[in-house]
Amino acid sequence: MSKTIEGITTERSEKLITETLNEMPEKAQKKRRPHVGANEPEAETCAVKSNRKTIPGVMSARGCAYAGAKGVVWGPIRDMVHVSHGPIGCGFYSWGTRRNLVQGVPGVTSFAMDFTSDFQERDIVYGGDKKLEKLIGEADQLFPLNHGISVLSECPVGLIGDDINAVTKKMEQELGKLVVPCNCEGFRGVSQSLGHHISNDSIRDFVIGKREFEEPSSPYDVALIGDYNIGGDVWAAKPILEEMGLNVKATWTGDGAIEEIAATHQVKLNLIHCYRSMNYMCKVMEEKWGIPWVEYNFFGPTKIAESIRKIAALFDESIQEKAEAVIAKYTPGAQAVIDRYRPRLEGKTAMLFVGGLRPRHTVGAYEDLGIQITGTGYEFAHQDDYDRTSAEMAKGTLIYDDVSEFEFERYVEELKPDLVGSGIKEKYVFQKAGIPFRQMHSWDYSGPYHGYTGFEIFARDIDMAINSPTWKLVKSPF
Amino acid sequence: MTENAVKKVYRTTPEEVDKVRKWILTEDYKEKNFAREALVVNPAHACQPLGAEMVAHGFKDTLPFVHGSQGCASYFRSTFNRHFREPAPTVADAMTEDGAVFGGQNNLFEGLENAYTLYKPKMMAVFTTCMPEVIGDDLTAFIRNAKSAGHVPEDFPLPYANTPSFNGTHINGYDSMLKSILEYLTEGKKKDGAPKESLNLIPGFDGNTANYREYKRILEAFGIPYTLMADISDSFDSVCDGTYRLYPGGTPLEDAADSINAKATISLQKYSTIQTMRMVKDTFAGSAEVMPMPIGIKNTDAFLMKLSELFGKPIPEELKAERGRAVDAMTDGHQYVHGKKFAVYGDPDYLLGLVSFMLEMGMIPWHVLCSRSNRKFEKEMKALLETSEFGTGCNVWINRDLWHLHSLLATDPVDGIIGDTHGKYLARDHKIPLFRVGFPIIDRINLHRTPLIGYNGAVNLLSMIANKFLDIVDDTSDDQWFEMMR
Repeated sequence: MSKTIEGITTERSEKLITETLNEMPEKAQKKRRPHVGANEPEAETCAVKSNRKTIPGVMSARGCAYAGAKGVVWGPIRDMVHVSHGPIGCGFYSWGTRRNLVQGVPGVTSFAMDFTSDFQERDIVYGGDKKLEKLIGEADQLFPLNHGISVLSECPVGLIGDDINAVTKKMEQELGKLVVPCNCEGFRGVSQSLGHHISNDSIRDFVIGKREFEEPSSPYDVALIGDYNIGGDVWAAKPILEEMGLNVKATWTGDGAIEEIAATHQVKLNLIHCYRSMNYMCKVMEEKWGIPWVEYNFFGPTKIAESIRKIAALFDESIQEKAEAVIAKYTPGAQAVIDRYRPRLEGKTAMLFVGGLRPRHTVGAYEDLGIQITGTGYEFAHQDDYDRTSAEMAKGTLIYDDVSEFEFERYVEELKPDLVGSGIKEKYVFQKAGIPFRQMHSWDYSGPYHGYTGFEIFARDIDMAINSPTWKLVKSPF
Repeated sequence: MTENAVKKVYRTTPEEVDKVRKWILTEDYKEKNFAREALVVNPAHACQPLGAEMVAHGFKDTLPFVHGSQGCASYFRSTFNRHFREPAPTVADAMTEDGAVFGGQNNLFEGLENAYTLYKPKMMAVFTTCMPEVIGDDLTAFIRNAKSAGHVPEDFPLPYANTPSFNGTHINGYDSMLKSILEYLTEGKKKDGAPKESLNLIPGFDGNTANYREYKRILEAFGIPYTLMADISDSFDSVCDGTYRLYPGGTPLEDAADSINAKATISLQKYSTIQTMRMVKDTFAGSAEVMPMPIGIKNTDAFLMKLSELFGKPIPEELKAERGRAVDAMTDGHQYVHGKKFAVYGDPDYLLGLVSFMLEMGMIPWHVLCSRSNRKFEKEMKALLETSEFGTGCNVWINRDLWHLHSLLATDPVDGIIGDTHGKYLARDHKIPLFRVGFPIIDRINLHRTPLIGYNGAVNLLSMIANKFLDIVDDTSDDQWFEMMR
């Protein structure tokens, strides 16, 4: 039986969508209509369309291919120098603004900094390849403990016809380190998503298989894929897998090491959290090296326990026993969290709009706390993400793809959730309206939210957001 | 084809870490670091369109419109969201690969039409990202065509600015957009007769909303009618009362249109208003004055005296008393900062203001760094330093970045750093306090709500700096040196 939420019906949602879109110019209406719908949990494919061009002028929250490459895939790799190749802005805005935490000594062994070629007019006119070559040499000299250099192209690089691949190839030979080109110009594709794909392809073409692990392999070697260590998520998830008896040989790419990523073709199983951004490489490793992959969800105790069992089922009994022991060990703690917060949150509703994973993966965690999700959507997801979403959501709930600020405001106004979980660009819009909000990309400078330790922090934060006494001050007595 | 043997996973040894950790603090490293020609590491400046967007937010009922890639708009918006903790409604026309081939005219048409209908602005301020600049989009023609094709009404204000990111910084984008808006709104608005008893005040690129409020308070104390240009104080410091307002503040468009008739225009930031002030000088009825940002006593004195001179009004008693209190605070507190050395980085005009204040206090602006500027600024800063014994021997670094500063702080250390949030790694590496001034500040709350200009601003700056040093004394002193009074 699919879930239902009192007061949420397909008819109400359809009416709301129609009324909202009616205010748009006809052409925009036609384009937007396929991207919004009422959820049909039983349907095999979600009717909501996605991964299409952003409609000009509607105020989309989307980023670009460069953002997907720098911010998501490459940025979290701690031991590489990531060069934002092009003008100054892209590297500046993406410097330290995603919360992908890393170990290491900043500037010595880890490089969460802004490296850029700071293109000037002359670079546009004469090309930037020579500058890039020199730059890579300088970076390696000044940061000698780097284990590689990635070159992330910004818009002008592709437009002026530079050949960064030739430069990186030459410099890789010269330096004896991984020097990786990534043609992720921001105008490519329709969102961050193509940046993920292009980055995966760069890993496929220039990284994976180029290293081997020193130590002998074991049947329990796995890689943790699609966890970016936002607010320390990897550090909350990895110990669970290790307690299950698995060897986490590499993390992609949160707190990741490029040398380990390059040897990941030797693992026995890939565990993927963010399907959207990393499914490509899982499929490559499956095809080329026969490595199976499995999706899991480490948000909230219900999904965590399900995932632990799902992963353990792919191993022998010793792992399965340890998996049950892990669940038995952590469930009482998680239950204590639920006992503490659920009475304060029971019956509340929330609406989500996030990136490529959390609009569905966090639903269970909210439900563990007694909160129902009345609407959800993604900035840059594809059909396969929406198909995975329908079953998680109640019948008739709103599903919106690449929602514009105009629509989102109206949907929230009508459904009156107790919480909106979305991004920094949406946060203050809703808070001005007196609606509690949590940033669900950055965990609002908190976290981790993954794993059992993360659930406790998540529960605290959601309670804090909804039940803060500050909301009572919004309406003045005069 | 022979294949090389696959390398084993390499892990850095503790010895290597130790060696490099020490090496990056040496003169040898500094020399290599300063020999860099191509690589920029940790710059302290952003790109042009960011500044253009700030200007657009500063006008009433105005929607910033990004012509170019969608992702750029999201970067600018989130930078403002993080600094001000406020919404930053902005649309983009989301050009993609076909735009690169065919140009962005269709995107612009559709974008203007949608934004006009959905967000009901009274003006859209259009500015560009790299992409249309590289492919050579003709914005003048596109906008004319958009109007004649009826995507927006003929009389709808659509000022626009070319803001290529591969040229200049955010302050140049600020300048271009402001010039364009003022040019657009004032066209044909010049009246015959004597100029109006009114002042146009241009604060320049400033992420401190309280500074704008302070300017207004000062002008109101004088009783001088004014138009504060690109006034972001209510746009980026808006009320929370249960209603979200798309356009909560900004300079009224009618006031901006009438600014051409004002008796005088003062810019308080020279380097961020070069083009604007040239245009004002050429076309506005009144006089055009460029003054240093009123940070510190002397610069504030100069500002007030200029106001008094231009409008024939005495300096208000209220402000005289404020000056007295500020000087009282500075004489009382000088001992906590006198002779302390600082590194300071940021935009040229902010730097000139801050350095002026520091010299007044007996603080030593030992390293003054601007990560993109020119010889003119360098010369002006050096001349300022030469006005005081506290500027003797101080260093001006232009087109150097925060990683250069890392080397400088290792080899030629200071007591404090003044700059935006991006300096926090320097502060940590070198165990020097960071005083957050500038843009963006994305790791502390409400700093943009404390004014730094004017006499009150001088007190605020001094309090922030001196009290931190006192905290450090208390936090680090051994028991026998820990005491009640400081």
